[in-house]
Amino acid sequence: MKWTRRHVLETDDWSRDEIETVLDQTHAMIEILQRPIRRAPPLRGRTVILFFAEASTRTRVSFELAAKALSADVTNITASGSSVEKGESLYDTVRTLEALGGDVVVMRHASSGAPYFVAERTHAAVINAGDGWHAHPTQGLLDAYTLRDALGDLDGKRVVIVGDVLHSRVARSDINTLIPLGARVTLSGPPTLIPTAWRCGQLPPGVTYESDLDRALDGADAVIALRLQRERQESGLLPSLREYSRVWGLAAERVARMRPGAPVMHPGPMNEGVEIDAAVAHGSRSLIEKQVTNGVAVRMALLYLLAGAPTPSGAPAPATSSEASA
Amino acid sequence: MRSHQTYTSPSATTFKDRSCEAGKERQTTTLLAADDIRRAITRIAHEIVERDRDLSLLAIIGIRARGDALAARIQAAIRANEGADVPLGAIDITLYRDDLTRIGYAPVVRESLIPFSVDGRVVVLVDDVLFTGRTIRAAMDALVDYGRPRAIRLAVLVDRGHRELPIRADFVGKNVPTAAGDDVRVHLAEVDGRDEVEVVARVPA
Repeated sequence: MKWTRRHVLETDDWSRDEIETVLDQTHAMIEILQRPIRRAPPLRGRTVILFFAEASTRTRVSFELAAKALSADVTNITASGSSVEKGESLYDTVRTLEALGGDVVVMRHASSGAPYFVAERTHAAVINAGDGWHAHPTQGLLDAYTLRDALGDLDGKRVVIVGDVLHSRVARSDINTLIPLGARVTLSGPPTLIPTAWRCGQLPPGVTYESDLDRALDGADAVIALRLQRERQESGLLPSLREYSRVWGLAAERVARMRPGAPVMHPGPMNEGVEIDAAVAHGSRSLIEKQVTNGVAVRMALLYLLAGAPTPSGAPAPATSSEASA
Repeated sequence: MRSHQTYTSPSATTFKDRSCEAGKERQTTTLLAADDIRRAITRIAHEIVERDRDLSLLAIIGIRARGDALAARIQAAIRANEGADVPLGAIDITLYRDDLTRIGYAPVVRESLIPFSVDGRVVVLVDDVLFTGRTIRAAMDALVDYGRPRAIRLAVLVDRGHRELPIRADFVGKNVPTAAGDDVRVHLAEVDGRDEVEVVARVPA
């Protein structure tokens, strides 16, 4: 199929075809990462701006490696040490990014919806690298790729997502990517950390909630543990991290309730001993390191597809915007 | 602007303007039948071995999507003739195209598969049709990202002329003079279900 999207903001309105196109291109990109020279030329002369207004190491580095593997020029703007800290508005930052001639803006922001705001105001293609509690589409796609690679096909497969679903953009993007591919998702976690509507039965199609993690894991095809932010305990949503670990932590005997060999994933960074035991995180079922490698390939696939997509006027993306720099 | 064209009078549907057919009407001729393709491949396989007698240095890499099928056939022919298994690879050149910024969409990238080191080897690149030479330029650029071959040679089923780059083939199944607007269509059993090479000629304006 011909790729027509200009931005990657969230996969909630993507067709199965579009998601599979990204996953298939990811497969081709993985081969480039295994070559002696891990670099191909399709984005030569293009500029990718990494605009991270919220702390991130692995996602930013992953995008940087992806852009460089496709020969793009990469520029970093982080919130600390930039004019964002001096009080520059998001709109002014966008104008600056325009003036710098970025072809693709990869952005992470603490406010949900910020990438949509930017996408409406720039000629560049925008990739959401995480916005507030809303979405983290590249994580959803890399999780879908990793699962498809491990399970062969996601049709009819049941994936358990356990932890702080309420505050997790990863959980939402995982659901939005896995469901169109034919998977079913079982959510599990403390009721205080599940969105009220979902806990009360108003769930998206294909998604169920099971408060008992052992029952959720029985016969499951895979499990994704979410990171527990330690602040959640202080805000009174959890009695203690020890109790969380005992009831919701992925321990070896729990993981064994799944289908034999069913994989374990985690978006990182992990709190070992809280949401996942070290023995599970580094055990034979763990795909956690694979997720990191696949993350680079997924981002390469997206950068490649976006750089080639037509601009609204139908012409290829302009190299720079003279209007913005005026 | 175009609204006046939405009305079509009954007579307009029966009137056939020959000038509209220029560049459209096509004449299809078979260039190579299945047997010709088989013979061409056998001959190319012999020529490759005659040129580089040290089979231990040889490798064959096909350019996707039809060069890889031809490469596999050449490899099989060398095995049948010489009893030697030459390493076989497939290369996708999409990311190395020189028109990516012009075509306005991202063409599908397929996986390259080169399960051996190309360092010091004589690599025979295989493609179905040699035309402008741009695909071969891209393939050579891609290949040197895998290492430093001792030599790169080129085998094609059909050389149709109209080169835009200084590139020539070492092994050619058939040389065919064509007009620039003609289509040379290679059908291979592995991809298309049958073996045939056709030329589709456009009626000049």
